[in-house]
Amino acid sequence: MTMSEANKQQGAVQTTGHSWDGDLQEFNNPLPTWWLWGFYLTVIFAVIYWVIYPAWPVGESYTKGVANTITYTVNGEERTTHWNTRALLMKEMQSGQDAQKMQAYMEKVAAASYDDILADEEMLAFTRAVAKGLFGDNCAACHGSGGAGVMGLFPNLVDDAWLWGGTVEQIETTLTEGRHGFMPAFGRSLDDGQIDAVAHYVLSLSGHEVDGDMAQRGMQIFNGKEGGCFYCHTQAGTGLESQGAANLTDSIWTVANVPGQDSLEGKLAEVREVVENGIERVMPAWDERLSDNEIKLLTVYVHELGGGQ
Amino acid sequence: MTETDVQLYQKRVPIYPRSVKGRFRRLKWGILTLAYGVYFLLPWLPWDRVAGPQQAVSFDIHGRRFYLFDLTVHAQDIFWLAGFLVIGAFLLFFVTGIAGRVFCGYFCFQTLWTDVYILIERLVQGERPARIRLDKQPWGGGKLLKKGTTHLLWLLVAFLTGLSFTLYWGYAPELFTGFFTGQAPFPAYATTLFLTATTYVMAGLAREQVCTYMCPYARFQGAMFDRDTLIVAYDEARGEGSAGRHKVAKGLKTREERQTQGVGDCIDCGYCVQVCPTGIDIRNGMQYQCISCALCIDACDTIMDSMEWPRGLIKYTSDKAQHGEKTRLLKGKTIGYGVILLSAATALIVSMLNQVPLDISVSQVRQPLYVRLSDGRIQNSYEIKLNNKADLSYEVRLDVSGLGGAELDLGQLEHIVLHPDQRLQLFVKVRMRPHANQPEKKDFYFVVEPVGAGDIPQVKWPSVFYHPDD
Ligand code: SF4
Ligand code: SF4
Repeated sequence: MTMSEANKQQGAVQTTGHSWDGDLQEFNNPLPTWWLWGFYLTVIFAVIYWVIYPAWPVGESYTKGVANTITYTVNGEERTTHWNTRALLMKEMQSGQDAQKMQAYMEKVAAASYDDILADEEMLAFTRAVAKGLFGDNCAACHGSGGAGVMGLFPNLVDDAWLWGGTVEQIETTLTEGRHGFMPAFGRSLDDGQIDAVAHYVLSLSGHEVDGDMAQRGMQIFNGKEGGCFYCHTQAGTGLESQGAANLTDSIWTVANVPGQDSLEGKLAEVREVVENGIERVMPAWDERLSDNEIKLLTVYVHELGGGQ
Repeated sequence: MTETDVQLYQKRVPIYPRSVKGRFRRLKWGILTLAYGVYFLLPWLPWDRVAGPQQAVSFDIHGRRFYLFDLTVHAQDIFWLAGFLVIGAFLLFFVTGIAGRVFCGYFCFQTLWTDVYILIERLVQGERPARIRLDKQPWGGGKLLKKGTTHLLWLLVAFLTGLSFTLYWGYAPELFTGFFTGQAPFPAYATTLFLTATTYVMAGLAREQVCTYMCPYARFQGAMFDRDTLIVAYDEARGEGSAGRHKVAKGLKTREERQTQGVGDCIDCGYCVQVCPTGIDIRNGMQYQCISCALCIDACDTIMDSMEWPRGLIKYTSDKAQHGEKTRLLKGKTIGYGVILLSAATALIVSMLNQVPLDISVSQVRQPLYVRLSDGRIQNSYEIKLNNKADLSYEVRLDVSGLGGAELDLGQLEHIVLHPDQRLQLFVKVRMRPHANQPEKKDFYFVVEPVGAGDIPQVKWPSVFYHPDD
């Protein structure tokens, strides 16, 4: 085939005029003109983009661009910044479609009774999702992000023992008004032997094998004028929710770390320590920081953590 | 030629493809009719579905679901897309290795839409010579009318293309009326506008420039070719003879006359060049611009028929066949591609057929891992995610198995009802009394039993129960 006949339609293939070694030629297969214009357009586009949007890093900062502000509200307060994805997210969370859906569902939950929420898998799931964040922001600092608390300092919310009661109403009151738990120190009114006896009795209440005579003695102090422990813990040792007094007959220890000790001696020492020095714990009231609905969501959440009662 | 003359950029050389009749043209019209039928009508096909749109094919971006007839593709099934892409890629390798650019010539959207645009052009402005004449004419009423009509019709096709595409992403009848009453969402208008514009530009204005300058496939398909690959080729030996091609002239009319003078069978009528949508001359040999549309075969066959000479001066052949060797289609490469293709397709289909209608996953709450209850029992908590992919509502019963003496606490939940396409998260607690020599952790299963859900099977999910190490 001959090259002159080839490409007849588009004209013969040009050479650039460069040639080497006499016959080595450089062909020119030109690109279409629109291609060139396409290139110019991208350049123009880049300049316009640069003017409008954030583009170049400049030292610690960057060119922010004009006419690309975004306005959103935070806690009812309007804010305007240059466009960025974080601001966009804020805006979406306030006024986006999903935010509106969530708002609507929130109202549904706010209007429902505790019983209805607890018996409805969907409302429960929604509440959990929202309250998880609330718990993390407000409660986790003391009770831990999973609600396990710290022995002796902040009660475990995951077990089923409730110092102040585990019904939704009681939990709601705890959250709204706060609690003040107080056990006096008996170190001044009782001597070491008496404290030892009380400790034996207290351990026997939850089924630990202790010296029978000591426990007998301890019981008399516990239920008598000397100790007066029964005022709060009741004669059966089951505690009084109105006082936030612990149930001493179950396996749960909120102050004395009895399960943490292997030997009976260790367990006794833990209990003695509490009887001797007493304990005072305060749960703050949240009604000023949280809205009624937030407290409601948290109530359900905490109730579910520990299985409620 | 001097350097100053060199033009680095050139104006587009206009191409006026002539129409042609023949078997490949008929096949292409057939494929085009089928493709257009599917593309334009599919969004209107109704489909009975309990949940989701009553539309056979619908892509619900907001609900993160694709509905394809009886198959619902959820966001979690995204790996199907990977399978689909693998199949697409290997199908392309496989087919290209065997039959060259059949995709380009017969199925590519660019080819299909350009075909329709050229048809419109011909119906309005006439055959190739008329179009060339029209372009040379000075602007006047007649030219304006013809050109205007062409572009209007092009725009109409482009608009219908764009709108049809949009209809796949919503409920078609509603979206359609909404579109014209201004009720449709903004993305619908934007998408339609964008596709209208691109269709008009690509099929109307850019045409072969897309294939030669923009399409990446045009650039690397050569790598999939080998000497056995079917290509559209001109039989140079037959066409040129020893003395080259020649027009039909005095003394060069019959084959015998020509052959005695060494002139080949090509009568240099130029028909094959005129019908070519990319404007090349196939007689120059294999070129990257050739989209393998086979129209030049139809053209030359027509000429050969009229000369009463055998067909096949231009035909589908392979490089080997052209050099008198035997074409071998079954060889390592094609078999390899075929095997991969088959296994990928099987895997995808099996996975689709076995789509679990009820999906569960369990994650253990690790803060705290376990907790001691007042009666001495140990409690572990779990977050269970249930996902109903089926089309109906049903109740699920949750239980644990393999954990003797354990109790599952669902709080006050009595019935857990899953609605179609619902995702639900549950927080459950499992309680157990520790006994002597308790292992620190014990494997067990959560069992989810659908009730009143026909033949949806129960689902098990493995989990672990932790004890304190005392
Ligand atoms: S050369 Fe023939 S097969 Fe190739 S694009 Fe042109 S008409 Fe189609
Ligand atoms: S159509 Fe056939 S005969 Fe006519 S120019 Fe092309 S190859 Fe030659």
